[in-house]
Amino acid sequence: MTHKPLLHRLMASDKASRWLFIVMFALGILVPFLNLVMPPDSFLHVPTYMVTLIGKYLCFAMLALALDLIWGYCGILSLGHGAFFALGGYAMGMYLMRQIGDRGVYGNPVLPDFMVFLNWQELPWYWYGFDNFAFAMLMVLLAPGILAFVFGWLAFRSRVTGVYLSIITQALTYALMLAFFRNDMGFGGNNGLTDFKDILGFDLQSDMTRNVLFVLTLLFLAGSYLLCYYITRSKAGRVLVSIRDAESRTRFIGYRVEHYKLFVFVVSALIAGIAGALYVPQIGIINPSEFNPLNSIEIVIWVAIGGRGTLYGAILGAVLVNYAKTTFTSGIFAEYWLFLLGALFVITTIYLPRGVIGILDGYLSRRKPSSTAIVTGSPAGGEVKS
Amino acid sequence: MISPQKVQSILYLNGVNKTFDGFKAINNLSLDIRPGELRAIIGPNGAGKSTMMDIITGKTKPDVGEVKFRDTVDLTKYDEAEIANMGIGRKFQKPTVIESLTVWDNLELALAGNRSVFQTLFFKLDKKQYDRVEEILLLIGLEERRHELSRNLSHGQKQWLEIGMLIIQDPELLLVDEPAAGMTDYETMETAKLLKSISENHSVIVVEHDMDFIRALDTKVTVLHEGSVLAEGTLDVVSNNPRVIEVYLGR
Repeated sequence: MTHKPLLHRLMASDKASRWLFIVMFALGILVPFLNLVMPPDSFLHVPTYMVTLIGKYLCFAMLALALDLIWGYCGILSLGHGAFFALGGYAMGMYLMRQIGDRGVYGNPVLPDFMVFLNWQELPWYWYGFDNFAFAMLMVLLAPGILAFVFGWLAFRSRVTGVYLSIITQALTYALMLAFFRNDMGFGGNNGLTDFKDILGFDLQSDMTRNVLFVLTLLFLAGSYLLCYYITRSKAGRVLVSIRDAESRTRFIGYRVEHYKLFVFVVSALIAGIAGALYVPQIGIINPSEFNPLNSIEIVIWVAIGGRGTLYGAILGAVLVNYAKTTFTSGIFAEYWLFLLGALFVITTIYLPRGVIGILDGYLSRRKPSSTAIVTGSPAGGEVKS
Repeated sequence: MISPQKVQSILYLNGVNKTFDGFKAINNLSLDIRPGELRAIIGPNGAGKSTMMDIITGKTKPDVGEVKFRDTVDLTKYDEAEIANMGIGRKFQKPTVIESLTVWDNLELALAGNRSVFQTLFFKLDKKQYDRVEEILLLIGLEERRHELSRNLSHGQKQWLEIGMLIIQDPELLLVDEPAAGMTDYETMETAKLLKSISENHSVIVVEHDMDFIRALDTKVTVLHEGSVLAEGTLDVVSNNPRVIEVYLGR
């Protein structure tokens, strides 16, 4: 019954997580090195757009991780998780807008360009404080966190489950999309927030800033992974699995199911919000299309394709699908991407219920008959007992 | 746990009614279970056995009537989790264990203790709790299969695991719904023995169809019919009651 530090335990006992951390560590060292140190004409040089592209994949990986925590472990299928991502992104975007200062097209030192364009005379109250980085970062957590708390409190208390819950999460993100499209909401309407100049005084276009953002994204991904790993391997994680498998049984054992659901839902929304906040400065824009229900459905597909209920499967799925998306949407197959994505989802659901991780697992256990396959969604949970 | 001697009735139902879309599932039902009692409840399908369990455990609210736990606690005011934490454990008709967790994890989950999110997030099994899980594993005869996923257990073993999960919660009152359903004769008799030994320290209500099983329990029997009590007494007394024979045993 010894209790080693979490990271140590993870590296020692969980092979897939070990690989994930080795890959993330290597990326964190190699990518900035090959971008900043290698001369641009070297064939080993990584162009800056590639740094940003991988950074984007990593933000999506965090988002997928957030969804896997609630869907894979607790059975809450949110079809509106893009909303939390977008809210975190908007909070960051508002900070970046205020950072532009008088360098905007209209040169107004306080009002962002779109407000000048709309003939607004003063900053709306809800934009106050966003010139302060610490306040903006607090809002990155509070905006998605509070929405998830209120929404979750109402939904889980009324015992809305299954497909009904999925539908109302979808409605939630759709409603937010419509609201953010309106100019008089004060979030830039359909153009969203863009033309960012710098973050904390560092030029967003410089290679150095981009590499720092990239490494920060990796660190936050690693941190979120550790958090999810800890939660799912604790007794609370086994309560979550128990809610997923037999909700009313869990109630009759005496667990307040709604509290557990609310807890993971809020944690998941916070991770999604941070992912959005990291995404915006790298991509350079946030607009209401991030609230599009289609985006949220795509997250579900990443997780399903990667392998649900494993955490690392979600990360793998997000990176693989988005890499495929980048590749296909720029080639001759561009028009067929959505069909391909749909087909992938159908094939995965029918033939590969455990996703890509399931294939890898099967392959490895055939080669090494001694290792036992991990059952979907079952946390190893063996640390405490022996 | 407060000593059961001070309590007159561990469970007291009086004049309970429950109607579903005009169908009277429970009709003026009254029931009195003394502390430490083992009570068998029989009745044909639709007699209201499951609805009665739902009302006691907070899943269903009665239209009218008293439902009292330990003389004073009004159960109609609480929900499932609160009632479970007060000390009423329930075993479902269909064995419901957490299939993707191991036998050990299932028991650890049900282990008496604090159920709040933060408590479980930082939970560590101590020596006493470890021994308690071992003890229950031994009692339900699954010590060899502790690391097996519970989905791989046989039907009978799942039933025992679920009973183990009930006992480890340390409830004062156990509601056991058809524990012998789908069991072999041997398993049925083992289950009767298990329940008899549990009833030494707990109050137990067993709903069952299997007459051999009821006979093996050798205890007071209540016959339910159309949502109310038809007869009460030893198995021999109720099985000679002409009304009981007519509605139930005779068929």
